[in-house]
Amino acid sequence: MSRSKPAKSSAELDQQMDEIRKKAAESRTESDDYVGLGDIAMDEEIYDGGKKNKYEGFLSSIGGNDDDEDEEDEITARPGFGAAKSAYKVSLAASKENAKSGEDFDPMAEHKRQTVADRENEYQARRRKIRLSPDRADPFADGGKTPDVSSRTYSHIIKEHGLAKDTADVQQQLRDKAKAGELHVVGTNGSAVPRKRARWDVATPDAVSGSLPAAAMDATPEQPQKWAATPQQPQKWDATPAHIPVGSATPSMPTGVSRWDATPGAQPAAGAVKRNRWDETPRVTTGSETPNASGWAETPRADRGDGQETPGASKRRSRWDETPMAQTPSMMTPGMSTPIGMRAMGMATPTPGHLMSMTPEQHQALRFEKEMDDRNRYMADDELDALFPPGYKVLPPPTGYQPIRTPARKLMATPTPMGGMGLAGFFLQQESMTMNKGIVNSQPSDPDLPMMKPEDMQHFDKLLLEDNEDSLSPEEAKERQIMKLLLKIKNGTPPMRKSAMRQITDKARVFGAGALFNQILPLLMAPTLEDQERHLLVKVIDRVLYKLDDMVRPYVHKILVVIEPLLIDEDYYARVEGREIISNLAKAAGLASMIYVMRPDIDNVDEYVRNTTARAFAVVASALGIPSLIPFLKAVCKSKKSWQARHTGIKIVQQISILMGCAVLPHLKSLVELTEHGLEDEQQKVRTITALSLAALAEAAAPYGIESFDSVLKPLWHGIRTHRGKGLAAFLKAIGFLIPLMDAEYASYYTREVMIILIREFSSPDEEMKKIVLKVVKQCCGTEGVEPQYIKDEILPHFFRAFWNHRMALDKRNYKQLVETTVEIANKVGAATIVAKIVDDLKDENEQYRKMVMETIEKVLETLGSADIDARLEELLIDGILYAFQEQTTEDVVMLSGFGMVVNSLGKRCKPYLPQICGTILWRLNNKAAKVRQQAADLISKVAGVMKLCNEEKLMGHLGVVLYEYLGEEYPEVLGSILGALKAIVNVIGMTKMTPPIKDLLPRLTPILKNRHEKVQENCIDLVGRIADRGAEYVSAREWMRICFELLELLKAHKKAIRRATVNTFGYIAKAIGPHDVLATLLNNLKVQERQNRVCTTVAIAIVAETCSPFTVLPALMNEYRVPELNVQNGVLKAISFMFEYIGEMGKDYIYAVTPLLEDALMDRDLVHRQTACSAVAHMTLGVFGFGCEDALNHILNCVWPNIFETSPHMAQAFMASVEAMRVSLGPMRLLQYTLQGLFHPARRVRENYWRVYNTLYIGAQDAMVAAYPRVPNDEKNVYERYELDYVL
Amino acid sequence: MGDRYNIHSQLEHLQSKYIGTGHADTTKWEWMQNQHRDTVASILGHFDMLNHVAIAENENKARLKFNLIEKMLQPTGPPSQKKEDT
Repeated sequence: MSRSKPAKSSAELDQQMDEIRKKAAESRTESDDYVGLGDIAMDEEIYDGGKKNKYEGFLSSIGGNDDDEDEEDEITARPGFGAAKSAYKVSLAASKENAKSGEDFDPMAEHKRQTVADRENEYQARRRKIRLSPDRADPFADGGKTPDVSSRTYSHIIKEHGLAKDTADVQQQLRDKAKAGELHVVGTNGSAVPRKRARWDVATPDAVSGSLPAAAMDATPEQPQKWAATPQQPQKWDATPAHIPVGSATPSMPTGVSRWDATPGAQPAAGAVKRNRWDETPRVTTGSETPNASGWAETPRADRGDGQETPGASKRRSRWDETPMAQTPSMMTPGMSTPIGMRAMGMATPTPGHLMSMTPEQHQALRFEKEMDDRNRYMADDELDALFPPGYKVLPPPTGYQPIRTPARKLMATPTPMGGMGLAGFFLQQESMTMNKGIVNSQPSDPDLPMMKPEDMQHFDKLLLEDNEDSLSPEEAKERQIMKLLLKIKNGTPPMRKSAMRQITDKARVFGAGALFNQILPLLMAPTLEDQERHLLVKVIDRVLYKLDDMVRPYVHKILVVIEPLLIDEDYYARVEGREIISNLAKAAGLASMIYVMRPDIDNVDEYVRNTTARAFAVVASALGIPSLIPFLKAVCKSKKSWQARHTGIKIVQQISILMGCAVLPHLKSLVELTEHGLEDEQQKVRTITALSLAALAEAAAPYGIESFDSVLKPLWHGIRTHRGKGLAAFLKAIGFLIPLMDAEYASYYTREVMIILIREFSSPDEEMKKIVLKVVKQCCGTEGVEPQYIKDEILPHFFRAFWNHRMALDKRNYKQLVETTVEIANKVGAATIVAKIVDDLKDENEQYRKMVMETIEKVLETLGSADIDARLEELLIDGILYAFQEQTTEDVVMLSGFGMVVNSLGKRCKPYLPQICGTILWRLNNKAAKVRQQAADLISKVAGVMKLCNEEKLMGHLGVVLYEYLGEEYPEVLGSILGALKAIVNVIGMTKMTPPIKDLLPRLTPILKNRHEKVQENCIDLVGRIADRGAEYVSAREWMRICFELLELLKAHKKAIRRATVNTFGYIAKAIGPHDVLATLLNNLKVQERQNRVCTTVAIAIVAETCSPFTVLPALMNEYRVPELNVQNGVLKAISFMFEYIGEMGKDYIYAVTPLLEDALMDRDLVHRQTACSAVAHMTLGVFGFGCEDALNHILNCVWPNIFETSPHMAQAFMASVEAMRVSLGPMRLLQYTLQGLFHPARRVRENYWRVYNTLYIGAQDAMVAAYPRVPNDEKNVYERYELDYVL
Repeated sequence: MGDRYNIHSQLEHLQSKYIGTGHADTTKWEWMQNQHRDTVASILGHFDMLNHVAIAENENKARLKFNLIEKMLQPTGPPSQKKEDT
């Protein structure tokens, strides 16, 4: 019978088994993969003996490599930096991935460190458009004397903001008008009118780059389009060449566009050119666009987009169509730089200015391009002369030859602006192109400094100059010094970084806030910054802040501009860092300064600024306390002038509650009062944020504080009736969080009230609304006082109709929320009701949907069990899960764990279905797809317990045999699962009843132990360990010895669980076959090279000693100590140390035996020796506390004590451990007597060590030492006698 | 700065958080003062010790407690002006 379908009954199953067995028996004769029972496979590596040089180059001590473990500054724990270990596994997917590599496929791309800019979304990227504002006056300096008139004060800033706001308003109005069609273009003759029009183009950006910092941020994408779309030809204005920096090779050429277009090579016809030039709107890629960033005169190339870089001269695109405008000077100067770079990324021809703001990849591409051009350039005559041997001559061109002179070709020959000048300004100093093939000098003139990356040039270029240090002015020298330190911190090695960090911290006040921040902050704004670099620079700010204290005041705003974006970073650690900086800043500058600086941003026109400011204020509140901020917040939240201020104020409250959690409780009342009026604000946005912040407050306060919300309940209730859409969603959210705070009675009432609205919104098409509704339903149903009957009658029908459909399964978040809510409802109404409703959907045609059903059933049964599921439902359920399990196509654990949960929850009631389930499993075990086989095997391990419960031992025996046959599986993942399944079966039916018998099974496992895959190793060693523990007698001692040798290899495993299981298995085996042979193997293994291997061996020896009693092991172990080899001796000491740790008080019988050995070890020259002996002493001493071994202990203490002067940290630690142990076992008095000798020793280094010991004693046994302090006689001034202790009755 | 942050400095930092621990520059007076305070605290903390001292001094226990606590203020007298090393 061919197994074309799964077996349905036991008879069929038996038949299948027999067949499998037969087939396997045939195949087994052919394979020679197994180790026969008779032949011994000795481990060559260990037992080759004789070769003298085998241990050459070994470390001579165990702890040899320990001292480089604690590198304080390594931040490998952060996500993205670690992830090392798994690299050596080449997965199938990875090799597939490699196969598809094309020309431009970068195999290393995924290993490249991402810059911060790379993973930012569009909103986060807006941070780079915000300018570092100029310094501000510090009104709190010099005791509040009148500030200098010329300095920038609060009123200036407010004025600027007002101006920015007005500008934005006007623009908004224009936009509205344009949308409404009221804005007409006046005249098309283009004489006087265009001039007027065009002034807009210039005026706005001027304002942007000049006096109005905020305007840069608010320009919305529509605006420039509108202007570009006007049928005028404002090319004249595009040129604005006023700001072209010196040294820029770009002539202002855009005016001549049509001239170039007319060339036959480039464009077909002038008419067509005209059309396409102006009819299409240029593509706008990012929010703000200023005319000097090329938006205006560019040709509408269809293929132009972000990242489509066409640098260099060789590109066939006619680059003259693009307008390579130079940047405003501010782009270049490091000090004031505001890299507004995103827009520039899209420009096809990079101008020198852009180089600064390019990403490293673009840089790389550009450099590569340039190098290719260089290498492929025409050779000059003198080069040719040098190349050819003498005897060649230059021929005249043929008579008819006409060099190509078409303008288009000629164009190509013209160098790009880039061509002549290298990559940036400073390359000009280098020699001619022939010598320098574009190799950038990135080593600063000071050889101690680390290399620069190309993108560092902008900030650190001065370090490349070979200036004489003496010729610099003090200011310049200071700048240079800071620059060096920053470069070291940014690019240097950890030790370099550390010392630079320390220097910059120590000298912070000398450098001054200005000099420091003027360099650090622009670095932080650079678009090429990587996570690691940002972390380091932020750390610098943190340290420096601490030192500078109130000197930072004029720079608070600048720092905030840079740090605030961290608060909305996706990386958790970045957010934490940001918070820490802002909170330190708040503490350094004080509340008044912070408010003074941040106040203008609260009603900034840009939502981004307001958002980050709100978050920053929340941090300030948590740093300086909520009460101190409340008066200010009250004023802001009630602001009459602008709704933005109210919005931000209320948002601050929201952020405070998110940030501080239950710490808002003491101020809940006042915080609610701050916000409550916002519910009736005339601005929709304010109402929404108010509802949201009430929700946040309620969430933070849960389950307390309902009385504080009394005043807002009514407006909220009113709100849900009057609002629609987004506003309603926010109100519902607030109510959802409030209901759990209420008493049962109220909760029930309010749930009924809100449910009407909720049910209405069930059918809302809005995704956001759906999620919120689901959440609120969950919160309502989870609240005490809401009756199950009510839920059943009123909610369930609507709920299932509206939500349990395919569409909900598609979106991950909806899916999750729906499952959660359904489980919450099930908690109220019972498992059967819910399961009955959805069980039919297990057979739905949509897999994602089936998965959602399965997950829900799993979670429901997990919490509620299956007691109330009746026979019919049970049948349906099993039928459903079988169907769903068989039909699954995606590799997911949901189905598997759901299946396991259902079967385990039904328990004995599964019996009738087990043959069918096993049939399915067998069927799938035979599947071609590895994943299917793996899941089948995993399922066996899940249902094994239930099979035992149902007394289906025969069935399990069958399965065991089948699994046994599949041990030849080649996919390691599957093999691991098969071993796991075998383990599960062995665990439940026991060794005696196991089929195949253990004596057959174990020899089959021995070769598998060689497998290097972690999952296989782990499951195999678990299974072997289990057998060794419970059924060792079924296998011959020789087989166990063979396994012992294999196990030694497993000690190298990376995974700790494997090593631990291995070490335990040694114990079991030793117990089964006696310690002698195992011990011999292990002792031999002490000679190996690897430290980890040796350590594990010592642990194994200790475990053998523990399981077989120490006296069976200790003699051999002590004998081994006589081997004159450091590794072995240390290993023995370590084994003794572990042994005493494990045997605890049993150690009292062995202390006298090992004392001579320890005595010897403690007097050894080798430090590690003494260290290991010290830790052995510590464990032993603790074990024998109270057993009267003080004589031996005191003797050992005498040997331990001289090590008090050791300085190596590990040694000191081991010494301290043994001293502490002695304090426990010998008593603190004895130790105090030892200590008194050195407390007031004339040599400081002696005193230091003795006081450390004294302190340890003191902390451990302060009270006990009172009686043991020495008598000190009074002197003429002080009473030192403690008379109370002399009282005798 | 020393070589590096090692276990020593950590331990010392930890210990320095406890009043009564000392360091290489602890003077005799400081050390003795701590001893006295510890002694008094020990007497106050052990019920039987307090009884014992109370009987020996023929003093009521509450008074004794008060006296002992008062004594903790400067148990060994004022510090000596000159630097004392052993």
